[in-house]
Parts: sequence; structure tokens; C-alpha cells
Amino acid sequence: MTRWIAIWGIFKKDLRAYYLKPPNISWGLIFPMAWTGMFFIRSGLGLESVIELLPGGIAISVLFGTTSMLAVTVTFEKRHRSFERLLLAPLSLEQLMLAKTSGAILFGTVNAVVPIVLASFLADLSGVAWATVVPAIILIAVVSTFLGLFIAVSVREVFEAQTFSNFLRFPMIFLCGLFFPLSSLPVFLLPLSYALPLTYGVDILRGAITGEHMLPLAANFIVLAAFCAGLFMLSLRNVRRRWLL
Amino acid sequence: MHSQRNAGTGEAAVCVRDLAKRFQDVIAVDGVDFDIGRGELFGLLGPNGAGKTTTINLLTGLAKPDRGRINIAGVDAVSNPKAAQHLIGVVPDESNLYPELSGRDNLRFCGALYGMRKRHRDARARELLSRFGLEEAAERSFSTYSKGMKRKLTIAAGIVHNPSILFLDEPTTGIDVASARQIRQLIADLYHSGTTILLTTHYIEEAERLCQRIAFIVHGKIVKLDTLEALLQPVKGQHIVQVLLSDNALPPTEELRRVFHDVTLESTGPGALRLSASSPLQIGPLVNLLERHSLQILEMRTVRLSLEDVFVDVTGIERTAMNAGQVEGGQST
Ligand SMILES: Nc1ncnc2c1ncn2[C@@H]1O[C@H](COP(=O)(O)OP(=O)(O)OP(=O)(O)O)[C@@H](O)[C@H]1O
Ligand SMILES: [Mg+2]
Repeated sequence: MTRWIAIWGIFKKDLRAYYLKPPNISWGLIFPMAWTGMFFIRSGLGLESVIELLPGGIAISVLFGTTSMLAVTVTFEKRHRSFERLLLAPLSLEQLMLAKTSGAILFGTVNAVVPIVLASFLADLSGVAWATVVPAIILIAVVSTFLGLFIAVSVREVFEAQTFSNFLRFPMIFLCGLFFPLSSLPVFLLPLSYALPLTYGVDILRGAITGEHMLPLAANFIVLAAFCAGLFMLSLRNVRRRWLL
Repeated sequence: MHSQRNAGTGEAAVCVRDLAKRFQDVIAVDGVDFDIGRGELFGLLGPNGAGKTTTINLLTGLAKPDRGRINIAGVDAVSNPKAAQHLIGVVPDESNLYPELSGRDNLRFCGALYGMRKRHRDARARELLSRFGLEEAAERSFSTYSKGMKRKLTIAAGIVHNPSILFLDEPTTGIDVASARQIRQLIADLYHSGTTILLTTHYIEEAERLCQRIAFIVHGKIVKLDTLEALLQPVKGQHIVQVLLSDNALPPTEELRRVFHDVTLESTGPGALRLSASSPLQIGPLVNLLERHSLQILEMRTVRLSLEDVFVDVTGIERTAMNAGQVEGGQST
């Protein structure tokens, strides 16, 4: 029970201190919207392309809503030594890191609602398999949060975390099939695509929203879950090695 | 200051053996041994870079030792640093609370970290804010606090969960005299209420005023460790008079030696003289003797030897080196 109080306390404090601040809220929204809008215009198609772009719009919203937050909630706090307080609390490192990432996971998940609501005005979403979309969004939020966490615990400065995450995020927009299918990528880039977790998340969303997907749903879910576990464990290892000197 | 509860004996609250830690080519802590009894106020006194903070980090689980054993409240803290963390409170050398949260919310949050329920932590935050005189600033964000206020709230945050063992890293460094006094009083109060305290400081007088037992730490090694009483033993019955004569005059050493035969004479500069003895010096005859020689006395004062003299003697480090950059007055002179 006492641990839950601590975990809930960390989650609530991060929400209040960081997530509910206007600049974060707006950046989490404006950026993904701008990208989605850009691809919409570039596609040159009419409203019927909205449903084609929805998986990418959801994925990019989740990705940007999660990864950038960890630079603040983790790297910044480490830099200002307030993270030491958390390391001194009677919580295991696993519990602590889950508490520190839960806010970003929630924030990313909620971000995904925005493109869905917008699309619902522009297109017919009656064919969407929501029972698949919702867990996929959550899993994408988890995997991109843990990716952000891994970056956040691998650098010293906040700007390094931001630079490094942009270095990963922008290529991912193109490599993970967010707005155009992987088949349109040059073959030599494909191994890179399959090494990125978002590829599998987008494939699930595409399957659930447009009915077209490359890999079986179950395979996509398993690979995503494996990425989540792997990134989380690598992050904890980095904290133990680099922060607890 | 020494209450019944704080006998400082009995089973140890903290037990450290052969603790060592190096960072690349710096040996920060070099085979340190000490015990802190339950309810004891133990001081770790040393200059900058002596290894005080590193020792606290090792003890609290923020750093991993290269070798050695740490036992905190009966728990092996090297193999299981998490096990004792609910019992300890840590006040770091820098205020590290959340700048964007108010004073009250910082305390509430710290309470939550230790699993305190809402009603309990609200009440505790209220109590601590009033005890530390921070009620008026309670709703302001921590970033607007002055240095002294920040330090007080950081101490409050360290004890929000009523830890039985408290680690205080240089709690009065860099704050003004009045705040430092208040903080020392708070530390004394905590000690009287039975909290075991490890206090690091580079203020010799602070250690002397507060601690029951003191370890001198230099270059990662404990060079002396004893009770305050035992540390002061060599300087105890020593009586010292310092005299400054005008015009850098030479004192009549021969005659002084004859009249005050069990007194040690020492010239401490031009016209300056230091007399030390194991019994109180007769000032009257001293003045008469000097005046008979037509010497003009600019200044004469008796000096009480303190822990500082012991520290300088043991470590070879001068007080000026210890307190470099110190703004704090308020120390006994
Ligand atoms: N993370 C680190 N990396 C490298 N060297 C370190 C690290 N932490 C401490 N040191 C070195 O270890 C030595 C002891 O440092 P420590 O901070 O423990 O001293 P201190 O007694 O607390 O000093 P101060 O009074 O200045 O706070 C110093 O030489 C310091 O430079
Ligand atoms: Mg220090």
C-alpha cells in the first residue's frame, strides 16, 4: 500500500508539474497536427485519404507526446538532483521508473484521441476495429515512452536528450511507414524499419483502421511488447550503471 | 544537551567498516570505520573534498562502495541498499526540492514518497512549516525562496517521514548567522527527540557545539575519532594569555620565566607573547612586571582552547583553510 501511495504521488506530481502545463500540451498537439496536415496536403487526395493518414496521425501524436516528456521528467530532475530524492525513496528502481513513465504513457495515449476526433468529423470511422486500436495505442505509448526513457537516462543534459530524441524521431516518421507504406521505401532501408518498434505499432493501427497490414496482428503485438521490456530493462541498467556510481 | 535517551551506546544504528570508494584517479573514501550509536549525534568534520558527501552517498545507497561493509539499523546496506531506506532521512548539501512546487506541496510530495497517507502528510506538512517558520511562504513556489528558507525546507523534507536515522550534509553552509543558529537549534531538538544523526560539517565550532562524538576526516581517511570530551582532554586545563606590546617591544623573557616558573612562553610575532600554563595565570603580577619594564600593553586577553586547536594539531590543517569563504559569523571567539 505504501508503495502505491508513492507511485501515485509521483504520477500526480509529474502531471501537475509538467504535463498539464500549456506549452507541453500545445507542443504535444501542434507538432503532430502539423505533420499530419503536411502529409494530407502532399497526398493531393481529397477527404477519402483521411482514413489512410489516420494511423500515421495517431502514431506521430503518441510518439511526440511521450518521448519529449522524459527529457524533463527524468533528465532535468537528474540534472537538478531532485531525482536523488526519488532514488532515496523506499521504492524499487522498477517501481520508481514505472511511476516516472506512467504520466508520459497516459499523456501519449490521450494525445492519440485528438487525431481520432478530428478524423471522425471528416471521414467514416464505422469500419475501425476499436478493440484493436485502443490496446495498440497504449502499447505504442508505452514503447515510445520507454524509448524516451532510454534516451533520458543515457545522456547528461536536457538538450542532449532533446537532440537525441529528435535524431531518432524524425527518421522514424519516414522509416516506420507512418504516412506511406514500407513497400515504397528502398530495400536497403527495410532492415532499419524492422528494427524500429513504431513500425509494428503502425502496422497494427493500419490493419485495424484500413484493413491492410503486413504482419499478423499477434506478431506485431508480441514484437512491440518485447521492445517495451527490452527498452525498460536497458534503461534500468543504465540508471544502475551511470547514476548510482 | 546530553539527554538520558541519547546515551549513544547500546547497539549501533550505523556501522561502517573499511568503506572505500574511488572515482577514476581520486580516492574519495579510503578505508573508513565508524559506528553511530542509537540516538547519537555523530559529526564528520573535514575540509572540502575530504569525502564527507561521498560517505553519505555510500551510506544512503546513492553510490556503490568499492569495498567495505555498511550496516544500517541491522540491515546490510551494501547488498540491499533499499532495505533501510524507509528508516533514513537525507538532507543533501544542496537544496534539491522541486522549484515549481510550493513549499507545502514539496513536503506533501516527500511524505507521499514514504507512503504517508494524505491526512497524515497534510498534518505533518503543516506542523513542519510552522516549526521552521515557513507558514507565510507555504503556498509560494520553492524557486522563490531565499537560500536560508530553501535550506530549512530541505531539512523539513528530510524529516517529513520521521526517520529514525538522519543524514545531514553541511546543513549550515552558505547561509546567514541567524538562519544557521535556527538550524543548529533544530538539529539539537531532533537529537533530543531521539533521532540518530550523522552531521557533516567543515565548521569546527558547529561540530563542537552539536556533536557527541566527532570524526576528523581528511583525504578520505578518518584521522581521529572520539567523544568531544576526550578530544578536548589535551587542551582542557590549559590556560592561555596572549599579550601584545606596543612598538614591537621585546618582552623580558628571562624575568617572566623566573616569576612564572610553570608557564610556557612563546613568541608569536613582533611584540606578541603567548603564555600557557596548566593553572590559571595571575594577571596582576604579569601586568606589574611588564609595566616595571616600561612596556606598554596594547592588548591582553585570555584564550580558551577549543576543538579547533585539537583539529589543527591532529590534521595540520589551519582553521582559515577549513572555513575559507565562510560568511557565517556567530561562532564563539
Ligand atoms: N562523481 C564523482 N566523480 C569524480 N570525483 C568525485 C565524484 N564525487 C566526488 N569526487 C571526488 O571525491 C573527493 C571527495 O568528494 P566529496 O564530495 O565526498 O567531499 P566533501 O568532503 O563532501 O567536500 P565538500 O566539503 O566540498 O562538500 C573529491 O576529491 C571529489 O572531487
Ligand atoms: Mg560535500
